[in-house]
Amino acid sequence: MTPAAAALTVMAAIVAVGTAVGFLAGARRRMDLEQWSVGGRGFGTVLVFLLMAGEVYTTFAFLGVSGWAYSRGGPALYALAYLTLAYVMAFFFLPPLWEVGRRHGMQTQPDFFSTVYRKPYLAGFVCVVGILAFVPYLQLQLAGIGIIVSVASFGHIGRITAMSVGTLLVVAFVFAHGVRAVASVSVVKDFLMLLVAIVIGVGIPLAHFGGIGAMFAALARTRPAHLVMPGATTNLGHSWYISTVILTSCGFYMWPHAFAATFTAKSADTLRRNAVVLPIYSLTLALMFFAGFAVVLILPNLREGDLGLLTVAAQTFPPWFLGVIGGAGALTAMVPAAILLLTAATLFAKNLYRPLFAPGMSDDGVARLARAMVIVLGATSLGLAIHGASTLVSLLLTGYAMVTQCFPGVVLGLYWGRVTGTGVFIGMAVGVLIAVLLMSTHLDPLVGLNAGFVALCINFAVTIAASLATRTDAAVTLPGLT
Amino acid sequence: MTPIAGDAVMTRPSAGALGLATIPFAAMCFSVALWDRVQPMVLGLFWLTLWIVLTPCCMWGVYRLESARNRARDHDS
Repeated sequence: MTPAAAALTVMAAIVAVGTAVGFLAGARRRMDLEQWSVGGRGFGTVLVFLLMAGEVYTTFAFLGVSGWAYSRGGPALYALAYLTLAYVMAFFFLPPLWEVGRRHGMQTQPDFFSTVYRKPYLAGFVCVVGILAFVPYLQLQLAGIGIIVSVASFGHIGRITAMSVGTLLVVAFVFAHGVRAVASVSVVKDFLMLLVAIVIGVGIPLAHFGGIGAMFAALARTRPAHLVMPGATTNLGHSWYISTVILTSCGFYMWPHAFAATFTAKSADTLRRNAVVLPIYSLTLALMFFAGFAVVLILPNLREGDLGLLTVAAQTFPPWFLGVIGGAGALTAMVPAAILLLTAATLFAKNLYRPLFAPGMSDDGVARLARAMVIVLGATSLGLAIHGASTLVSLLLTGYAMVTQCFPGVVLGLYWGRVTGTGVFIGMAVGVLIAVLLMSTHLDPLVGLNAGFVALCINFAVTIAASLATRTDAAVTLPGLT
Repeated sequence: MTPIAGDAVMTRPSAGALGLATIPFAAMCFSVALWDRVQPMVLGLFWLTLWIVLTPCCMWGVYRLESARNRARDHDS
């Protein structure tokens, strides 16, 4: 058996098992909208843990982090901080959010805005921002599938073919079984991902340098500037780090899929316990840093940093293990892609199409439309992934700059009785506009600060000022919160 | 327009809980200038890894504080 055939066989087997688990997951349940999108609101600590971990530890963690550790150096450390601190934030605002969600039967993020603020246009706007922010995030996952499969097949499968097959599988299992399929595939994926992270993070430094300590000693000797901020960049220094960590830890649960995952929990306490435990999971990211830094010494002149980890893995491990890495990596991209597709499709059908164009549509009708949208959105993002070219981390940060603009509306809505729907809308519109303007004119970072963070600060200020100015239509108090 | 009535959800977290939760933020975010250096042994990476483990310890404390409060409130009502 040639190395490529061995790697491909193992990889295909892993993807097949993962996909089969997804198909079997919801097979005996009737898939109404509530079951399809929030699993009947009955997930306990373990399933919520898996679902939330499934959406976090994506291609970003697998390739993006090591890619940035390789190409940017020190600034990539932000990933370790934000994934931990996001749960600290989550501890405080997810339980009340869950409680409000349960009382009003919320399934999606715009549901929250339309219930709390009673402004249909605000909910519609949140919906559009969420779907738009998903575009780079989905593109990240699909680009990841392309990179993983093409490297793991020793170039025998092209990126476009790999992305197309991956997208097809994802669309198929989301279409069939909704959120339960996704949570179940997460079990397979997380186990493999952990295994692979440990082997890669420890194995690559060991094989090439004799150990992690020896590797860092060599790095400190030859490339000390790479290990601290701003690393290989000129403008990602300490103020960028702090502003990015704040932005992304606030924004973490503003992703519509993470927001909606809150509603799958059985109780508020489930969410608190998860927030305490989940940071531990970020330890796998540290292993990815070891690998990314190792690549700096082994292959210093790669054109595309995101390829580094896998290229070195191909040189270090036997082909069958490269297949394991490829399979785990492909699932790591497919599970989040599935969640993103599921959420974007539900958002479109339930919170944009029905309120605007077909108020009389039944829940079953919405579920059918959402399933159709899974196909449309899958095809669209595939097209974008084929034509896009950006580092995986940059794609994610672009999405964060957009989606975090929902944060003031959520937190103030839960904790500040004077906030108004009009205020939130104006603040958010200004925030999104500034984020888009700064990023499209390459003013990110602005005076050393993450552009999304600058937009978020202005958003907060405008939301508060505009809320105070429009007090007459207040009445969004959630008694007991204030 | 009617307010969403009866939404007694959760009182604001206690000062102790918030204080305890600030520790990971101080350690991993605001103090970056202190630990972002190469010696000893790529301190940034190891410092952050250490705090990934210490943060759940802090949050466990927060959990205990908050659940004691939640129980007391349930008892009152």
